Amino acid sequence: MKRFNLKKLTFLIFSIIFFINPLYSSESNDLLKVKWSFKGLTGKFDRASLQRGFQVYQEVCSSCHSMQYLSYRNLGESGGPEFSIEEVKAIAASMEIEDGPDSQGEMFIRPGRPSDKFKSPYPNVNASIAANGGAYPPDMSVLVKARPGGADYIYSVLMGYEEPPEGMSLDDGVYYNKYMIGNKIKMAEPLSDGIVEYTDGSEATVDQMAKDVTTFLSWAAEPELEARHKTGIKVIIYLILLTVLVYFSMKKIWSRIDSKM
Amino acid sequence: MSNNEYTPKSKVGKWFNDRLPLLTLGSHLSDYPTPKNLNYWWTFGGILTFCLLTQIITGVVLAMHYVAQADLAFASVEHIMRDVNYGWLIRYIHSNGASMFFLAVYIHIFRSLFYGSYKSPREVIWITGLLIYLLMMATAFMGYVLPWGQMSFWGATVITNLFSAIPLVGESITTWLWGAYSVDNPTLNRFFSLHYLLPFLILGLVILHIWALHVPGNNNPVGIEIKKPSKDTVPFHPYITVKDTFALLMFMIIFAGFVFFAPNVLGHSDNYIPANPLVTPSHIVPEWYLLPFYAILRSVPDKLGGVILMFGAIFILFVLPWLDTSKVRSAVFRPIYRQFYWIFVINVLMLGYMGAMPAEGIYLILARVGTIYYFLHFIVVLPVVGFLEKTDPIPMSISEPVLSSGAEPSLGKKDNEKI
Amino acid sequence: MSKEEKKVNRRDFLFTASYTVGAVGLGAVVWPLVHQMNPDKAQKALATTEVDISKIEPGKSITVLWRGKPVFLKRRTQEEIAEARSVSLNDLPDPQKDEERVKDGKDEWLVMLGVCTHLGCVPLKDKGDYKGWFCPCHGSHYDLSGRIRKGPAPKNMEIPKYEFVDSNTIKIG
Repeated sequence: MKRFNLKKLTFLIFSIIFFINPLYSSESNDLLKVKWSFKGLTGKFDRASLQRGFQVYQEVCSSCHSMQYLSYRNLGESGGPEFSIEEVKAIAASMEIEDGPDSQGEMFIRPGRPSDKFKSPYPNVNASIAANGGAYPPDMSVLVKARPGGADYIYSVLMGYEEPPEGMSLDDGVYYNKYMIGNKIKMAEPLSDGIVEYTDGSEATVDQMAKDVTTFLSWAAEPELEARHKTGIKVIIYLILLTVLVYFSMKKIWSRIDSKM
Repeated sequence: MSNNEYTPKSKVGKWFNDRLPLLTLGSHLSDYPTPKNLNYWWTFGGILTFCLLTQIITGVVLAMHYVAQADLAFASVEHIMRDVNYGWLIRYIHSNGASMFFLAVYIHIFRSLFYGSYKSPREVIWITGLLIYLLMMATAFMGYVLPWGQMSFWGATVITNLFSAIPLVGESITTWLWGAYSVDNPTLNRFFSLHYLLPFLILGLVILHIWALHVPGNNNPVGIEIKKPSKDTVPFHPYITVKDTFALLMFMIIFAGFVFFAPNVLGHSDNYIPANPLVTPSHIVPEWYLLPFYAILRSVPDKLGGVILMFGAIFILFVLPWLDTSKVRSAVFRPIYRQFYWIFVINVLMLGYMGAMPAEGIYLILARVGTIYYFLHFIVVLPVVGFLEKTDPIPMSISEPVLSSGAEPSLGKKDNEKI
Repeated sequence: MSKEEKKVNRRDFLFTASYTVGAVGLGAVVWPLVHQMNPDKAQKALATTEVDISKIEPGKSITVLWRGKPVFLKRRTQEEIAEARSVSLNDLPDPQKDEERVKDGKDEWLVMLGVCTHLGCVPLKDKGDYKGWFCPCHGSHYDLSGRIRKGPAPKNMEIPKYEFVDSNTIKIG
């Protein structure tokens, strides 16, 4: 029947697309896979993990990596770490933000406000490259979307520091990483057990910190994820309902010509 | 277009209709006799119209927030995604809508190839359709540049560089296109302007396309001419409108699946890296719907040759009505052509796959084989098969049972195959 | 009800239900397209601004930008306050006591939107017949409390939401 053909075709197209998709991703090793809470049709972020992840970002990563598209107020908005308004104000106020020019034409420093964008560690890209041995620590606002494998990739890289294999020599300031594309990375292993003291008392193992900061970065890249999933379920249920109604309307209408035969 | 004796019911309606016969047009469109045996492959015209309107509406709205400036474009897209009310939704509808648009257009085109909808007297419908397709590709190409990611920038660089292959004037044309000495801010600005403009040209061509269709009327799965109106036709409304709505809703479910649950799976992660003229991505690839042409382009070692063959692959479609010599329209009754049709489909899919792969080794070999076969299909297979093929007997009307079994068993059933 | 009528009713219900459900969907689609034009989250976040008032001498005023509009901050002298408070409410087109236009214990400070309530021009300071502001567009005169006294403006200049963060800083909005 024709209807079956259409469904078969769409299934075919879907399978082609999902078959092709892994081929788009480059030479990624089999990545370490994690059952992220935010994956899947009803995925949500683990609030506590997001807050811990933010702490890891603040204390470990933010000295080199900017997140220029995020604002401090995002930390309090729904669907994210959901810090309280006071916590958000405190986090913002702990940062020194350049503002100006004032009425004398001078730039000045003031405490941060929730409306401010995340403060970058360097004034511009060139300063960042110069301070980091010629390699640019990428901005992390959309990093999870900018790497094939997404969250699994980020997590794998953080966990992937190893001794280089036999015979591979590394220049100064270059490290071997099992999962990094190209296997060489200019960032030294950023995480070590206990490098952060979690305010919620959780044990700060490398694995825990890697999971938490990856969760945080996944939210940072897709803050709309929970709203998107919620709305998506509603939309698809609605469409199915309307499809059923229209289907029966169609049968009813077309039965008119049957009766005339 | 037949002249209806349509009289509007209200006095105001009559007054208006006498001055601008929109109500008559509406009545014509509503009564338009459509073959009653159309199957679901015929619903994609309506689906495409929906796609065009969706892209225009979401596009106009995005343009209220997007900034076409090289150092601000990427940030403005992030602003849309994070701050603009429902910005993420409108953006994902637009980006995935482009893919859905091309999915629908390929199904629509391949329907025409199978059922011979391009054949006389429908050549102009076919040609306007190809012009729409060309404009779609230009629009999509320029639209992909606007977020100013790595793929945006480098895809633009690769494709605009092709023009330099033209002898004598190539360099000048490329510089003229760029407005600079490489893809840069002037390029981005003009691409934004043209990306906004072209869809309205597409809209105009769509009107011509539908107008040209209404002259002979729709083709149908059996491929025979039918009298309109007759017992072989149904009025467009409500029979076809309800069926098109049903098909559209199914399409929208798939569309929603992408938008809400996999909004980036059809894209490339490199486009979330801001454009960097100093760093080339390891694999530059266009969006999936341009991959077969990309494969053809790269299969020729000579730059100009690649450009000629790539455009040739599209332009050869324009003369298809004259290359296919068969007197029988629908592949349902053309057993030999049918085989070649499916081989052609597989070939195009294979070319698309190769377009996503690095142009080396077995991938390059297959891309070359695919390119050669692509042209062979049009230049050799179609004329020869059309001439030599012994076609199956065609029914006298669509209400009559078929004399022998065709490819579609449902045709052996009763004519009221409405699904 | 005959069988035919029953059939018609069921068919109509189906069509009505389809149209209704479809219309609901259409409405749901229209809302995001409309709402996206409302102020976005970044705009809403910039709703407040802080002003350093420590350098303003009595009798002087400054103008700052808030939500894209000018805000006048005037530090009035004791004489100016007294004069503003000596006005009878009957003389005011838009009656309002000066005390209602300032914060308790901060009577010196007049904080108001520098936008004429007639058609939106920015009035000029230290001008006009009432020692306050004068709007050159159509000749509205405002007094030392920013109240309309003469001219086409219907209302006193608007007092925005503001508060004293400390004695040197005002937060507007």
